[in-house]
Amino acid sequence: MYMFKYILKRLGLMIMTFLIIFLISFVLIKLLPIVVNVTIGQDKEIIEATLRARGYYDPIPVQLVNYIKRIFHGDFGVGVNLPEYRNKPVWDVFVEKLPPTVLINVYSTLFSVPLGIALGIFAALKKNRWQDHLISTGVMIFISVPSIVTAFLVQYIFCFKLNWFPLMMNSGFDYFSGSMFRSMMPAVIAMSFGSICGYARFTRAELTEVLTSDFMLLARTKGLTRGQATLHHALKNAMVPIFPSIVGEFVSVLSGSLIIEKIFSIPGVGGLYLDSINYQDYDFFMMLSCFYILIGLAASIVIDLSYGFIDPRIRMGAK
Amino acid sequence: MKPNEISVPKEKLVFASSEGRLHDKELVTKPISYFRDAWNRFKKNKASIAAAIVIAILGLYAIIAPIVSPYSVSYKDPYYVFTAPKIFGGTRNKSGNEATFLADYAISVETKRDVIVNNKYKSYVTEDAYKKKVKMYDYKIDTYYNVGVVYMNLTVDQYKDIQAYQDANDVQIIYPWTDMNKNKVQYGEIPPQVVTDGNIWYQLKMSNGKPVADVTYDSEGKPIYTDIYAPYSDKDGYTSKMRIEGEGNYQYSYATPVQNGNAYKVRIDYYNYYRYIHADERIDKPFFLFGTTNSGQDIFTCLASGARFSFILAITVASVNMFVGALYGAIEGYYGGKIDIIMERIVEILNAVPFMIVITLLKYHMEGTSHVLILFIAFFLTGWIGMAGRTRMQFYRFKNQEYVLAARTLGAKDARIMFKHIFPNSLGTLITSSVLVIPSMIFSETSLSYLGIINLNSGSLTSVGTLLANGQPYLVTYPHIILFPSIYICLLMLSFNLFGNGLRDAFNPSLRGAED
Repeated sequence: MYMFKYILKRLGLMIMTFLIIFLISFVLIKLLPIVVNVTIGQDKEIIEATLRARGYYDPIPVQLVNYIKRIFHGDFGVGVNLPEYRNKPVWDVFVEKLPPTVLINVYSTLFSVPLGIALGIFAALKKNRWQDHLISTGVMIFISVPSIVTAFLVQYIFCFKLNWFPLMMNSGFDYFSGSMFRSMMPAVIAMSFGSICGYARFTRAELTEVLTSDFMLLARTKGLTRGQATLHHALKNAMVPIFPSIVGEFVSVLSGSLIIEKIFSIPGVGGLYLDSINYQDYDFFMMLSCFYILIGLAASIVIDLSYGFIDPRIRMGAK
Repeated sequence: MKPNEISVPKEKLVFASSEGRLHDKELVTKPISYFRDAWNRFKKNKASIAAAIVIAILGLYAIIAPIVSPYSVSYKDPYYVFTAPKIFGGTRNKSGNEATFLADYAISVETKRDVIVNNKYKSYVTEDAYKKKVKMYDYKIDTYYNVGVVYMNLTVDQYKDIQAYQDANDVQIIYPWTDMNKNKVQYGEIPPQVVTDGNIWYQLKMSNGKPVADVTYDSEGKPIYTDIYAPYSDKDGYTSKMRIEGEGNYQYSYATPVQNGNAYKVRIDYYNYYRYIHADERIDKPFFLFGTTNSGQDIFTCLASGARFSFILAITVASVNMFVGALYGAIEGYYGGKIDIIMERIVEILNAVPFMIVITLLKYHMEGTSHVLILFIAFFLTGWIGMAGRTRMQFYRFKNQEYVLAARTLGAKDARIMFKHIFPNSLGTLITSSVLVIPSMIFSETSLSYLGIINLNSGSLTSVGTLLANGQPYLVTYPHIILFPSIYICLLMLSFNLFGNGLRDAFNPSLRGAED
C-alpha cells in the first residue's frame, strides 16, 4: 500500500513537471515567427493558407486548446518545412522513424549488459591484481573517450580497414534482414563502448563492497565454496543497485544518440529531430521534444521505483 | 672502557627540576590547513599529477599555438588542401596506374624536387575491373611538392616582381610556357588535361580514352619525358636570368600575354611561389604540422583556436555556475522547509528540459545574435543545477552540527553561518564537481558544433566540433583531418576525468573509489 501511494505521488509529480515544460515549450515555440521554406514548384501562399486553415495564425491560447484537443485524436500536426515530409502527419513520420532507433538501442543493451557485468565481476574477483588494473584502466579510458571519437574509430577500423561492415546503415524497412543487421552493427558497437564501461565500473564497485561484507564471511565459514558464495550471496545482493541502472539506461537510451545517428546516417528519431531543428519545422520539434522530455522523466521514475521492487527494504521517499 | 658506557662528569649532573616548573615543549610543527592536507594527498596520486600536466600542456598549446603559428584560422590555401601533416613527414602512400605515376614523376623531373619520396616505387601488374592487365605503381608521395606547377594570371607588376625575386634569390618560380599544339601535331587533338593542368609539360598520348604519357625509360628505369615547351617569343616579357635551357641553347617562351598585354598567363611553381608570396611574413616554406583541411586551413592553428574557445567557455561557465549554484543550493539547504520544496521543484523542472530544446529555442528566439553568446547563455541557464544539488546536500549535512548551533547561540547572522561556517566545509566537493563538469561541458560544446546546431565557424573562430564535422566525409581518404582533433578531445576528457577524480580523493578521502 505504501509503495502504491508512493508510485501515485511520483507519477503525479511527473505529470505536473511534464505539463509545465510542455506549456513553456509550446508558448515559446508559438512565439517564434512561422517560417515557410518552399522548394521549386511549390506555392508559398497555398502552404500558408493551409496553415491558416489549421489555425497556426490564431492567438496562442486558442492554439494551445486546439493542439491539446488534436492530440487526443492522435494528430500532432503536419510537416511544413521538411521537404520529405511536407504535409505528412507528424505522428506517422515519427512512428516510421522509431524502429531503427529502438532496434539499435535494444541490440546495444543486449550486447553491453552481459559483457559489462561480466567484466565488472571478473575485475571484482581479481581485485588489485593485474587483470583488475587492466580492466579498470580500460574502463577509465573508454569512459573518457567521447562517443564521437569512438564512432569514428569504429567506422575507420571495422568498416574501412577490416571491411567487416558497411560504412553507413542500409536504407529500407526490412529491419530484421541479415544485411540490415550487419549494417546496424557499427552503430551498435560504437554505442556499446560507453555502456559496457559504465556497467563494468558500477558492477565492480558494488561487488567489491558486497564481497567484503560480513555475511560473505559467514557463508564461507558455513562451508560454501568461494564460487557458491559469490554466485548465491554476493551477486544477488550486488544486483540490487545494478538492475535499476540497467533499466534506467535502457529507457534513457531509447531516445537514441544524436551523434551516433548522424555519423552512421541512421534513419532514426535523432536525425528527424536534428532536421526539424535545422528546417525550423515546429510541429516536429514540439512532438519530438515532448518525446524526449517524457523519456527522461520516465527513466528517472523507473530507476527510483525499481529500487523498491527489487529490494523491499528500501522504502523510497521514507523519512 | 666498554663502548656502551657513558661517562658524565660529576659537575654536569644536575637535577632537572631544581629551578622552576616543568613545561611541555611548544609545538614546533606548523598546523596543516585543509587545502594543504588535500594537496599532500593529491601529490601522492601519480595519475592525477600526470593528468594535471597534460591539461597544462593542452592549455599552453591553446594559448601559445595561435600566437606562434604564422597561419590564422581564416587562412585558406587554394592549393595546399588535404596536405599531410608534417609531423608524420608530410607524405602519403599512393597507388596508381601508369598515367598517374608518370604525372607525379613528371612534377619531380620538372621542379627537381622529390615528389616521389626517395624516387622509390614498386610496380606490379594486376587486373582491372574489365579483366584487363594494367601496370600499377605503389609509392610514397610528398604532399608539399606534388602541387607542382599551376596556371595563374598575373598583372604586369606582379610578373615583374616575381622575376626580380627570382634573380635576387636564385629560385625558379616561372616555368616555360607549354605549346599545346605540340600534342595536337603529334596526336591530332589537344588532350583536355593539357589545358587545365599546369603539370602537363610533356607529351601525352591518348589511348582508349585514357591518358598515357608517351615516355621512354632509361637504363636505370627512370622515365625520360619529351617536353612541349613553347619556342621563344619576345612577347612573353620575360627578362629574368633564370632560364631553363633547351638543347643547344634553344630558348623557351615563359608566358602568354592576356587581356591586351595587361596581364600574363604564367606557369607558376607553386612551392616557390608560396615562399615568394609569404616572404614578408613569418612563413619560410609551407609547413603544416598537423596538415590542412579540405579547404586548406592549417589544422594546427584551427585546433588551437577551437581548444582556446573550449577552455574559455568551460572555465567561465564552470566558475559562474559554481557561484550561482552554490548560492542557490546554500539557500535551499540552509532554510529547508517550504523554501526548499519550491526551489527544488524549479530545479526539477529545469533539469527535465533537454539541453537541446533550450539551445534550439534560444537560437531561434535570439536570431542574429552570435552563437557564442547563445552557447554561453544556454550553459548559464542549466549548468548550475548540479552544483546547487550538491551544495544543498552539503548544507543538509552540516547545518545541524554542534558548531553551527554554537555559532547561532553566539548570535551569528544567517549569512555568516552559511558562508563563514558551513560553506568552507563543502568547498572541496564543489571544486571537485566543477572540475568534473568541465569535460562534459567541452563535450557538449563539441557535439553541438559537430551536429551543426551551433555554428561557431566565423572568421577567426572555429571549434573542435566543426573541424570534426568537416573532416568526417574524408575519414577514409584523409584521416589526418579527424585524427588530431580526436586525439585532442580524448586527451582532454581523459585528463580532466583523472584530475577530477584525484581532486575528489584528495578533498574527500572517504569517497575514494566511490562512483560519482
